[in-house]
Amino acid sequence: MMGSANDGFEEAPLHSPREKSELHHDFNSVDRHPLSDPLLSPTSPNSNTHHPHDIDPPAYADVIFTPFDSSDINGSGSPLDTSSSSSPSHVFSPSNSSDYIKITVSNPQKEQEPSNSLVPGSNTFVTYLVTTRTNIPDFGGSEFSVRRRFRDIITLSGRLSESYRGFFIPPRPDKSVVESQVMQKQEFVEQRRVALEKYLRRLAAHPVIRKSEELKMFLQVQGKLPLLPTTDVASRMLDGAVKIPKQLLGDGPALAPHEAAQPAKAGRDLLRLFKELKQSVANDWGSAKPPVVEEDKEFLEKKDRMQELELQLSNASQQAEALVKAQQDMGETMGELGLAFIKLTKFENEEAMFNAQRVRAADMKNLATATVKASRFYRELNLHTVKHLDTLHEYLGLMMSVHGALADRSSALLTVQTLLSELSSLQSRSEKFEAATSKIFGGDKTRIRKLEELQETIKATEDAKNVAIRQYEWIKENNRNELERLDTERQADFLDMLKGFVVNQVGYAEKIANVWGKVAEETSNYARENS
Amino acid sequence: MASSRGPQSPRSPHPSLSLASSQPYLSVSVTDPVKMGTGVQAYISYRVITKTNMPQYQGSEKIVIRRYSDFVWLYDRLFEKYKGIFIPPLPEKSAVEKFRFSAEFIEMRRRALDVFVNRIASHQELRQSEDLRTFLQVDEEVMERIRSYETGLFKKKPADLIQIFKDVQSKVSDVVLGKEKPVEESSEDYEKLKHYIFELENHLAEAQKQAYRLVKRHRELGSSLSDFGKAVKLLGACEGDNLGKAFSELGAKSEAVSLKLQKEAHELLMNFEEPLKDYVRAVQSIKATIAERAAAFKQQCELAETIKLKEINLDKLMLTRSDRVREAELEYKELKRESEEATERFEMIVRLMNEEIERFQEQKTLDMGIAFHEFAKGQARLATAVADAWRSLLPKLEACSTT
Repeated sequence: MMGSANDGFEEAPLHSPREKSELHHDFNSVDRHPLSDPLLSPTSPNSNTHHPHDIDPPAYADVIFTPFDSSDINGSGSPLDTSSSSSPSHVFSPSNSSDYIKITVSNPQKEQEPSNSLVPGSNTFVTYLVTTRTNIPDFGGSEFSVRRRFRDIITLSGRLSESYRGFFIPPRPDKSVVESQVMQKQEFVEQRRVALEKYLRRLAAHPVIRKSEELKMFLQVQGKLPLLPTTDVASRMLDGAVKIPKQLLGDGPALAPHEAAQPAKAGRDLLRLFKELKQSVANDWGSAKPPVVEEDKEFLEKKDRMQELELQLSNASQQAEALVKAQQDMGETMGELGLAFIKLTKFENEEAMFNAQRVRAADMKNLATATVKASRFYRELNLHTVKHLDTLHEYLGLMMSVHGALADRSSALLTVQTLLSELSSLQSRSEKFEAATSKIFGGDKTRIRKLEELQETIKATEDAKNVAIRQYEWIKENNRNELERLDTERQADFLDMLKGFVVNQVGYAEKIANVWGKVAEETSNYARENS
Repeated sequence: MASSRGPQSPRSPHPSLSLASSQPYLSVSVTDPVKMGTGVQAYISYRVITKTNMPQYQGSEKIVIRRYSDFVWLYDRLFEKYKGIFIPPLPEKSAVEKFRFSAEFIEMRRRALDVFVNRIASHQELRQSEDLRTFLQVDEEVMERIRSYETGLFKKKPADLIQIFKDVQSKVSDVVLGKEKPVEESSEDYEKLKHYIFELENHLAEAQKQAYRLVKRHRELGSSLSDFGKAVKLLGACEGDNLGKAFSELGAKSEAVSLKLQKEAHELLMNFEEPLKDYVRAVQSIKATIAERAAAFKQQCELAETIKLKEINLDKLMLTRSDRVREAELEYKELKRESEEATERFEMIVRLMNEEIERFQEQKTLDMGIAFHEFAKGQARLATAVADAWRSLLPKLEACSTT
């Protein structure tokens, strides 16, 4: 039983390069994604080879930092970029810098769903203006705007995760129902606007997804965004309920191959869901070795590495937050100290009865001024630090996408395994049936028909199996390419982050040293008297 | 001998130690804190080394063992005897239990006690004190006897002192509100001084509080840099290659910078926060002297009132040729004498205070100048070290990205 089912597999290993191009070519006819895409083209060298502020001791202090200079080391933010961070260059701008998509989310407005509701104010929602500027010809325009609501983002992200299995799709913003009750409406809307903008920019930065139909539609199509069938859970449940009896009896129409290739979704294919669950349990308990297992050692190693990376990223991200807080506190307390001395200075001057007091007041004023300056520098330092270390947070967020992509692979594999099991059980049933009917002369009409139907089902399942295999291969390829891309971009972005962080620390430390050096100089007469 | 002395605080006034000089000198060191006893009874003892050429002292050098309560005894005695003079302040009595024996607390207290004794030894009048001589010369056991005996007798009841403080404070507010209480001084200059002292304490306390917080912030920043460094190193370990190397270099550097911050936090505490605290204590000591002055004034006034009454009574008695005239006359003479003494005491306090306040202002300008200088120096030193440390990392990072 197992032997026949494995026919397509044991002879040719799943990842032989010879077969790969064939598979891709076959899949093209079923699938709607252009595979001749940037996935296969080499990534161009990253943009970290030059930053405007070159390493040239000693005076970073003079070269770089004017207050709130946001044209930071990564070079991806414009000086007027007041919206969300402009950190890791690859997360936000693709390595090929000659074409660009710049997305802005702005202008939140309250709108009302046209309904006959008696209760005023119900069914209101917020829409955002999504403006796109691009020079990519596919868009057929260089600047356009649409109004979208948060629900549309959910739709978009849902579609993308279905169409781009195996890719590291940027995670979409949370629905955060609780926060919406707790926060002030304005704050919440602003927070959401920022999150949406970040998300869309990340999508536009992904070399494959930026060219997707889904994104294009989202950015360009005016009016309401049509909902996908899959999001309409309720009706699918009903459909599934209708289909079940037929599927159970083996009479009903088989699923279309490409549907079979997709993982079973709750709300439809209840039976399939059950079957796949059974299969995964069988896999886990090792009752029978599944026909296909994850053999790619390299992949498994990478998976472990990703897990470790995520753990360490999470830890580093936490410590980075603590560091930022400590720098902030330092700046604040410095400021308060300076203020206390300013008050003292004023007081001594006002109440002075002796000259010694006026001298002391003057000394205090110097100290206070320096302290306040230092406080400001610490706070500026921190603003920049936040931007640089944000890279850690960004990549941590990306790890979620990695999870999703690797999970796509696992579920695709499970689908293949399930179909193989089904195929083998169908075939054995067919054999038994044939053996039984051959014993009866004259051929029972219904029996013959049943046999024919069984053969049809087997054929359909066979087709589905092939589609599932191709899908699995495709996802594996996506995984591989994405992992490579992640490695390259991560290297570049992290190195940028480190450099930016360090240059920042140096620059501000120098500035602070200057300020204090002056005061030490001005008070040096006290030192001489003392020694 | 030099090796047995602890590090001198920059605030300790130390007259030059030339033995051949005919100038009288008196120099004291408080050193070698040692924990004695166990459990609740445990305390710290110090070695107090005196070097002097003053004839009233037995010999040119003397070493004794003293504990904190002995210093308190000395303060109380001087406060009693030298009214009008600002007695140098003592470090606080007791900290939270768990810090009482921490190395840092012990060192800070030792320094503060050293400064305390030396300020007394440098003060024109105070250095002549017999109690000082006792403190610097008698044996440990004798000291203990003296201390426990006299503590009982001469300790002012806390209630009295509080009442006096309250009177002084309410006088300030009365002036502000435009009322005048009869039994208080009403000189404008003195009002100004009192107001100044009370306000000064508030301002200084705020500055000291922020200075203390700043010390804490240094420690917190150091600690978070250390944790960050560790986390970054771990991240580097799972990256490998160039990036891994870059991360591990950064992590190591972060930890190094963290150490510099911790070190500077300590310096900041010793050389900036402590002088500010000392300043606050000094102002509180002045408030106690102000209370003494108020008490002396009150006494003088009350005596004057009593004398007036006695005069009236005496005249009455004389008119009626009472046989109690003799008695009354004697009483009157006695009162008159007391009154003169009280007036003398009060006027001396006023005179001394005027000298003291001028000296105080000058001394404080000096003390603060030093403290500010140390603060600025320390911060400059820290920032420079931090800049150098991070800068040294840059060529390594460059190397990581070009290969």
